[in-house]
Amino acid sequence: MKKFKWLVPTIYIIFLMLPIYWLLNMSFKTTTEIINTYTLWPQEFTLDNYKKIFTDSTWYTGYLNSIYYVVLNTFISVAAALPAAYAFSRYKFLGDKHLFFWLLTNRMAPPAVFALPFFQFYSSVNLFDTHVAVALSHCLFNIPLAVWILEGFMSSVPKELDETAYVDGYSFWKFFFKIFIPTITAGIGITMFFCFMFSWVELLLAKTLTAVAAKPIAATMTRTASTSGYELGLLAAAGSLTIVPGAIVIYFVRNYIAKGFALGRV
Amino acid sequence: MNKTVNQKAWFFVIPVFVLVAFNAIIPLMTVVNYAFQETFGNNQFMWEGTRWFKQILVSERFHAALGRQVLFTLIILVIQIPLGIFIALNMPKEGIGVPICLVLMSMPLLIPWNVVGAMWNIFALPDIGFLGHSLNAMGFDYNFTQQSGDAWFTTILMDVWHWTSLVVLLSYAGLRSIQPAYYQAAEIDGATRWAVFRHIELPKMKKVLTIAILLRFMDSFMIYTEPFVLTGGGPGNATAFLSIDLVKMALGQFDLGPAAAMSLIYFFIVLTVCWVFYNLMMRNESKS
Repeated sequence: MKKFKWLVPTIYIIFLMLPIYWLLNMSFKTTTEIINTYTLWPQEFTLDNYKKIFTDSTWYTGYLNSIYYVVLNTFISVAAALPAAYAFSRYKFLGDKHLFFWLLTNRMAPPAVFALPFFQFYSSVNLFDTHVAVALSHCLFNIPLAVWILEGFMSSVPKELDETAYVDGYSFWKFFFKIFIPTITAGIGITMFFCFMFSWVELLLAKTLTAVAAKPIAATMTRTASTSGYELGLLAAAGSLTIVPGAIVIYFVRNYIAKGFALGRV
Repeated sequence: MNKTVNQKAWFFVIPVFVLVAFNAIIPLMTVVNYAFQETFGNNQFMWEGTRWFKQILVSERFHAALGRQVLFTLIILVIQIPLGIFIALNMPKEGIGVPICLVLMSMPLLIPWNVVGAMWNIFALPDIGFLGHSLNAMGFDYNFTQQSGDAWFTTILMDVWHWTSLVVLLSYAGLRSIQPAYYQAAEIDGATRWAVFRHIELPKMKKVLTIAILLRFMDSFMIYTEPFVLTGGGPGNATAFLSIDLVKMALGQFDLGPAAAMSLIYFFIVLTVCWVFYNLMMRNESKS
């Protein structure tokens, strides 16, 4: 029984990799091969699909737009959530519990409910089709999540740390930046990972709030699929490339994730 | 932790409060505005009271969509939670296997949702997709674009593929926080594998599992992009879950009043369930 334990995660990972492999497989095929034959690997290996994406500006600007608003959102969310999470983990104040639940309710709001009002609202404040609009709208679900995760990490840091620092003559802000933030870097790493992830994968709001200038890559893909016929190879190549930023981010935070797990909070 | 009372802590919360309120309250008020009025454009509104709410609550279309949604969410929870725990229990605890498992298992979580839908569409196509082709080669009559049973099967398999890793990661985090001394004590007592799971591992995972169930409930109840790209809600209305039906009503038919009323009812359902979960979770936390 113990000997075959490794089989479970192995089978699961194979199941996870199959559709990803199929997408990669498609992306290296020519359109005629995709439509006419069923092949397990590309018979006529081609890089044309990728070439098109890297040379056509409507394609690659989509990637730049997405990365721009995702990074912007991650920084806004974490920067705003840090002091708030500290307040929730250290102090009692009027309405704290209700405020915390209210924040979480926004993580629960179905984006489909908000799509149309968001469009009207951001148009009326002249932010429609800007990266800032998407970054701000993603705060709706990322800030509550960031506060929730950071609060967990901060609560696991004993309060004596704060008190000792004050006795040693640290001012609050000096303590916060010089001592407190370095002790919870693992938590901040994980929070940034989750903010990046949820902003990167969201499409409904990002698509609703943009037209041309800030259009995310994912939206470029859906429009191609519907307007210029079904160019499956191109679509598969664009899809494969959307996996890359996520994979890079996972690779960099893998040690933080392990550390964060040791603290018992995700 | 005993917290000190400090009203000035509100200053720390203000940035978060302003940013979220900016995004939440104004759009929500717009929805409320539409839910009680009839509009003919040009900012002309007529008061309708609760007419849209009554209309939605008795409409068969809403009942059908809600029924499909509840069934889908239940199936998702019943499959993903036990499967996630099972995989987490069998994951390596140390060595090179840990980062490999963590990185590979997180992959589906970081793929944009419409790419997930498109990927599964290509994967499941009966003629050129690996899944569809294999199933048909094995003698099954499989076509997810035409048979509603197959469409459900594909949508559920896609969601299991997409989100089980989240449950695995959370459960694994819970398991890692168990001290080795517990296992040694269990071994001395001659506890069975089941007893170890029931009395040591499960209680330790309780907190993260509540988070996992809460997140999976919220996200599967709000699911929109993946089934929209995969099946478009079809064949017919077979996989038109609440969000898909809502967007169809609001943007497709531009029935803003009923759509807004439906949004509020929808939001209210999610809120109620989450409130119950949240209170259970907080009660557990104050106990431990």
